Amino acid sequence: MIAGINMKSATSWMTLGVLVMFAVMPFLAPALGEPFYVKVFARVMIWSIAAISLNLIMGYGGMISFGHAVFLGIGGYSIGIASTHGLDNAWIQWPLAIGVCAVVGLIFGFISLRTRGVYFIMITLALAQMIFFLSVSAEQYGSDDGLNIWQRSEFGVAWFDLENALTMYYVIFAFLVAALFAMWRIVNSRFGLVVRGSRSNDLRMQAVGFPTYRYRLTAFVIAGVMCGIAGILQANFEKFVSPDMMNWPVSGELIFMVVLGGMGTLIGPVVGALVFLLLSEILKDITEHWHIIFGPFLVLVVLFARGGVVGLLTTGVSRE
Amino acid sequence: MSDALLSTVSLRKSFGGVVAADGVSLEVVPGEIHAVIGPNGAGKTTLVNLLSGLLTPDAGDIVFDGRPVGRLSAAARVKRGLARSFQITSVLREFTAADNVALAIQARQGHSFKFWKPALEDLALRQPAATILAQVGLADRADIVAGNLAHGEQRQLEIAMVLATGPKMLLLDEPMAGMGIEESQRMVELLQDLKSQYTMLLIEHDMDAVFALADRITVLVYGREIATGAPADIRANAEVRDAYLGASETD
Repeated sequence: MIAGINMKSATSWMTLGVLVMFAVMPFLAPALGEPFYVKVFARVMIWSIAAISLNLIMGYGGMISFGHAVFLGIGGYSIGIASTHGLDNAWIQWPLAIGVCAVVGLIFGFISLRTRGVYFIMITLALAQMIFFLSVSAEQYGSDDGLNIWQRSEFGVAWFDLENALTMYYVIFAFLVAALFAMWRIVNSRFGLVVRGSRSNDLRMQAVGFPTYRYRLTAFVIAGVMCGIAGILQANFEKFVSPDMMNWPVSGELIFMVVLGGMGTLIGPVVGALVFLLLSEILKDITEHWHIIFGPFLVLVVLFARGGVVGLLTTGVSRE
Repeated sequence: MSDALLSTVSLRKSFGGVVAADGVSLEVVPGEIHAVIGPNGAGKTTLVNLLSGLLTPDAGDIVFDGRPVGRLSAAARVKRGLARSFQITSVLREFTAADNVALAIQARQGHSFKFWKPALEDLALRQPAATILAQVGLADRADIVAGNLAHGEQRQLEIAMVLATGPKMLLLDEPMAGMGIEESQRMVELLQDLKSQYTMLLIEHDMDAVFALADRITVLVYGREIATGAPADIRANAEVRDAYLGASETD
């Protein structure tokens, strides 16, 4: 079978291990005297969902979007803007945010997927920066100071309150598990195979009868919506949104997480987000000039571990 | 001949100043292998690209199976039954041979907006794929990643993908390109086998293969058709000998 699609042996153990670690962290971290790490891991999971979504188009579809963080921003701002207008009901907020992400994904994909390679990278970047500057100039929503969210989304269920830290954590966890499961099904479905085939040889796919553009566009929208969900979670978790969450360096970091973990593998983006964020946390503790260590590390990974961390750990299992 | 399966009407295509198809009118009748030959730069590959929809003609039209297809997308033409192979081997290199063929079968089974059910174990795809692989002689190579197959095997795999689309007619762009003598021989045999089931337009440089396979031959020179006829007529045609056979090749 094709490399990286089967959740077999090494990679599926790795997936299980990572998920178990996320599941027990709210209890493990305080027990180890590091309660701060519960928050770090919640953030890791949110970034993981965003990276998983980017991996669908970049790792499986070969579409390197340099503007993917825009969906974090749109998902987040949808919650923030709704909230400032007194709309806290999650059943309205969330579908609204998802709908906006889908529409923006459709428009951006429609335009950018007419190009390839470096042009695709530049167009996705330009479109995303357009929204970034829009948020910077929106004075009623805080411009570049950002927007505080005083009340997390309300589901109207007494025992299910996102203001409860543990509930918030496990909602994020549930979305991560759902994102991984959905991705596993999608990349192995007929749809997923068309997207992956189009990455391998788009001309060939057209010549056997696939109108590949519409499949790639659909993948782009799915990725946008999934990243938008990460934005919804981030807005709720941080109770704050700002233009910085969708500025281009964030898109770059997302690309890095995917490459670092292992492009086109299911668990790769999660491992990438984990290593990326933990390492930057740890290095920040050691020295103020942590970028001096972090930068070369990233360069070395790209140069010497082509399959990313997952590729390194599963050599001989994964064939890609 | 009004019973042609594929006909082109004054097909024109130029790239800047270079005219690659200069009013080509060609008819392929059902059941024949129609070879198109010509020296390098004669516009043979341009013709296949026009026929398969990778290029749009500047003027003229293409009629396939009774309907004009000249403005349809490549994918839409495959759905009508017009499938092609490429001069430079074009397979999905990261996928196994069986996966390659299964994807081509998937393409003809309606749309692929199916997001949930695993496709790699889908017998509706795997079984016909196995049959077609056996037909082209790759049954025992099914699980090899296409990029690791020998060159000749990749060419066979490409033919398998073309067949898997369920075509009425095959457009074969130099199927023997880059092959050794033995591999070429096997390809000739394969095409002879397929002849009873499919109409073919064959572009080929290997003159032995062309004369062994073709029912009719069209000679293109500088985008212009200079002769069409049975192999024996083409061999005897003085203009063709001048332009092509006699001058550049010692065949």
